[in-house]
Amino acid sequence: MPGPQAGIHGWGAYIPIYRLPLSEIARTWGWHPEQYKGLAVEEKAVAGPDEDATTMGYEAARNAIARAQIKPSEIQAVFFGTESKPYAVKPSATIIAEALGITPLTMASDLEFACRAASEGMRALSGMASSGLIKYGLVIGSDTAQANPGDVLEFTAASGAAAFVIGPTSGAAAIIEDSVTFVTDTPDFWRRAQEPYPLHGEGFTGEPAYFYHIKNAVKTLFDKSGLRPTDFKYAIFHQPNGKFPLKVGQDLGFTMEQLKDGLVTPMIGNTYNASALMGFAKVLDKAKPGDRILLAPFGSGAGSDAYSIVVTDAVEAKKPLAPTVDQYLARKVTIDYSAYSKNRGIIYVIK
Amino acid sequence: MSMDLSISRHWRRKYSIYRLQAARCKACGRVHYPPRPACPYCGSRDLELVELPKHGKLVSFTKVYAVPEGARAQSPVYVGLVDLGATKVVAELTDITDQTQPKEGMEVEAVLRRTRVDGEAGLIYYALKFRPAIGVPDV
Ligand SMILES: [Zn+2]
Repeated sequence: MPGPQAGIHGWGAYIPIYRLPLSEIARTWGWHPEQYKGLAVEEKAVAGPDEDATTMGYEAARNAIARAQIKPSEIQAVFFGTESKPYAVKPSATIIAEALGITPLTMASDLEFACRAASEGMRALSGMASSGLIKYGLVIGSDTAQANPGDVLEFTAASGAAAFVIGPTSGAAAIIEDSVTFVTDTPDFWRRAQEPYPLHGEGFTGEPAYFYHIKNAVKTLFDKSGLRPTDFKYAIFHQPNGKFPLKVGQDLGFTMEQLKDGLVTPMIGNTYNASALMGFAKVLDKAKPGDRILLAPFGSGAGSDAYSIVVTDAVEAKKPLAPTVDQYLARKVTIDYSAYSKNRGIIYVIK
Repeated sequence: MSMDLSISRHWRRKYSIYRLQAARCKACGRVHYPPRPACPYCGSRDLELVELPKHGKLVSFTKVYAVPEGARAQSPVYVGLVDLGATKVVAELTDITDQTQPKEGMEVEAVLRRTRVDGEAGLIYYALKFRPAIGVPDV
């Protein structure tokens, strides 16, 4: 039985201009030059010195609202998913809502669930829109992912944002026809409240966390909806590196043809809350009416959502209304490790 | 420009700083940014608040090395005079690199960025800055 349905009215992405080659990280920290080759990532996107998760989320949201072709004041809920909040206490959602003209008659909050907080926001908004509590809601996934300098996580922890306007099914570019969520308590990755960098539970990151939760979410969606891999034109998974999304996709019965267009991590690294959602934005940039899309974000701690989404005729007119993911991917300036250190505040400055 | 900030000053001006809110004189039609209570040209006090477009042309710019406290990570700061049609505004420029140097006449667009940070514990001040345009729409 499909659940209540909602529509995706606008989508938008943002990638900062700076790229750090992973060879710079290997050179700086004395890793073997081949150390990162297994990740299938060559360079990562790095936010500039005046950027953070809030500013990146603002730009992705502006693109999404423009594609939704609505007034910002029609948005009645703003959910901001991140694990790199500029403030521990003070919502980013209100800053973005104010800067975009959404305030004051809106819900607004920041959500935390490692890399899948924004996906939880998307699922919550689809319920709120389909129930009639709100007409339109804005969900933003944005991260300036942190990694301890010298830790293997540093190779992939990148910066980027994606945003979506969720609303009624009528007039939408795509319909969320069904979705499920699968969560458990899993110690794969965490960051304590006062710590600047996360830790990972080495034995837990792959099979018991990423693969277990995504596979169960997707299989539950298949059981519930009767859908099979061949029913989908595209399949998009969370992308901690370039390899995991291909492995989980192939294990679930998807082909390279279905998987390749939703990949962004091989070009820019893992943008955490924006990872799978930016892949989804990239697919919407090229999808055709009638295409069915499987979307499965994942967050440590751990959980995964699986969505079945069908593209409508309205998608075509919305595509040219904002820059595409490919345009942001092409706009890049290579930096060295010292510029990256300054941009990301990993040089300790004595005051 | 937003070099001289305090919590209350930034909050009072947030619509100008976040959304380019300006005031249009209903008597002579001139647009003033930031908004003023009276028109400095004709003296009229009959002004209405308007939002300026977030796209314009760079008229001129300068490069500032003597940055205020809290902006060292962003140094050098580029400050531009941007023609938005209805009026011109002075604002910081961003995403300026060796490969993306500012040029007079360049198309620019306003995006939200950090302008200053008050130490490790204080407020983060956000403001619109202009960068070489890539076509991010107004909303
Ligand atoms: Zn006047």
